[in-house]
Amino acid sequence: MSVDKATVEKIAKLARIKMGDEELERMAPELSNILDWVEQLGEVDTSGVEPMRAVIPNALRLRDDVIDADPKTAGGRRDDVLANAPAAEHGFFGVPKVIE
Amino acid sequence: MTELTNLGIKAIRDGVAKGDFTAREVAEGFNAAVAEASALNAFIVATPDHALAAADAADAKRAKGEELGAMGGVPIGMKDLFATKGVQTSAASHILEGFTPQYESTVSSNLWAAGAGMLGKLNLDQFAMGSSNETSFFGNVSSPWRKHGTNAAMSPGGSSGGSSSAVAARIAPAATGTDTGGSIRQPAAFTGICGIKPTYGRCSRWGVVAFASSLDQAGPMARSVEDCAIMLGAMAGFDPKDSTSLKVDVPDWEAALSADLKGKKVGIPREYRMEGTDQAILDSWEQGKAWLKDAGAEIVDVSLPHTKYALPAYYIIAPAEASSNLARYDGVRYGLRDLPDGAGLQDMYAETRAAGFGDEVKRRILIGTYVLSAGFYDAYYNQAQKIRALVAQDFEKAWAECDLILAPTTPTASFPLGSLDADPLTMYLNDVFAVPASLAGLPAMSVPAMLNSDGLPLGLQLVGKAYDEQTVLDAGLAIQQRAGFDHPPEKWW
Repeated sequence: MSVDKATVEKIAKLARIKMGDEELERMAPELSNILDWVEQLGEVDTSGVEPMRAVIPNALRLRDDVIDADPKTAGGRRDDVLANAPAAEHGFFGVPKVIE
Repeated sequence: MTELTNLGIKAIRDGVAKGDFTAREVAEGFNAAVAEASALNAFIVATPDHALAAADAADAKRAKGEELGAMGGVPIGMKDLFATKGVQTSAASHILEGFTPQYESTVSSNLWAAGAGMLGKLNLDQFAMGSSNETSFFGNVSSPWRKHGTNAAMSPGGSSGGSSSAVAARIAPAATGTDTGGSIRQPAAFTGICGIKPTYGRCSRWGVVAFASSLDQAGPMARSVEDCAIMLGAMAGFDPKDSTSLKVDVPDWEAALSADLKGKKVGIPREYRMEGTDQAILDSWEQGKAWLKDAGAEIVDVSLPHTKYALPAYYIIAPAEASSNLARYDGVRYGLRDLPDGAGLQDMYAETRAAGFGDEVKRRILIGTYVLSAGFYDAYYNQAQKIRALVAQDFEKAWAECDLILAPTTPTASFPLGSLDADPLTMYLNDVFAVPASLAGLPAMSVPAMLNSDGLPLGLQLVGKAYDEQTVLDAGLAIQQRAGFDHPPEKWW
């Protein structure tokens, strides 16, 4: 199944990437080629096969129920967290007005 | 005295410990080599002061009679996908240009704790998406190798192309790489060096810019198997900050290295004989079998029936995970913000991501968004995850008949930069032999075998059982000893 320009426009919107007409025209056949090629997976009989969720069997751990157990991932690092923000103001991330 | 920049990890570490030369002399030598090699474009940022500070610390320790560590006095290159405190970490993207982490990745921390220093941050394909190092925002990386009789710039492979180029050119004795679907092994093969992707979970992903989290693994790239064993030992280890980190001991791979393969069975997967593979690659594979036999191994035929489907499954799973992982680049918390006058929040996201991501990254985000979207999830993503399970089962069945697998690393040798531009799919096929081991989370290594008739390196790939890096390294050593591959590329930069 191929994707047309309108479909690419829709997924670009879902992915929050602005694309002009020319870029959509260029991307549509490229994405179609890739998707046509992965279609071959449909040939494989996978009935009764469990989809793989973890490549090496490994139970998710719980950390110790201790506040700030690891200082590297603990709280109290506001300035570090904001250090790379394009617009940090008053100790917060700044964004354009969301509600008029 | 031999040129210090010709030395690898073991020779530098042992030479510094013995007092044959100082760590400072080594760091100065490599810093100068890096500064001279701008034509390769292997580094995005050089950090000569980091290398010198680590060297001085190693020399001071030696003066006091203290242990220098497994990587004591060795300056290395760091792929620019690892967060390094106070040093730009860009993932070779515009969207992270100028991003200066306030913390250090676990893998780089481990390396510094083992006594290593940093020569700089190495170029790569943008967000590690690419197989030729042509998708970097900071320009293509050139391989130090050239085809006989031409001056065309050749691909160092990707995504760890800055790493492979720097190590092959001897402007770094070793470098970190990351491998999602071949990004350590394919560039190692293209440039005549060694590189190992360990079992998934051996090296912490904490502080590594995420591409496809269920596949991403860090590993070393160096010019010998011994050096890879040493550096992998320094990088690996349990990390509570990575939820998929393996809570198992790190063996002393270096101490246990042995090229004696008596009693080992080496599987030759028949499905890896694919159309479009260079005859020279097939010949090198035959040669590899002979070398391993000579080392005492028994060669057996095995079947990995779902090999053909591994690559298309990968090109669903990896983009799906990427589209989710890269959602974090929104112009709010770090990196680029593109906010046109009067734009709202949604416009800011879309403009920022349009300006900040390169074409290949956009392509993969869109593929990932599509295959995860309502109505397509089962047909694409779930089916790919099932096929991933089948690929892993193929290996499990093969382990009943063999202890490791020998295959080519790539279907061709390196190609000129720009020659595969026309079609993204042709580029993806580079990783056809590398991806199955990635999907199954298995340790896999590329070691140089020989030069082809164009004078370009060819690599052989070894894939082992989960947790069994030792057998992979041992077989790598057996090949290394028999291949006698010690050709440096001719210097043109």
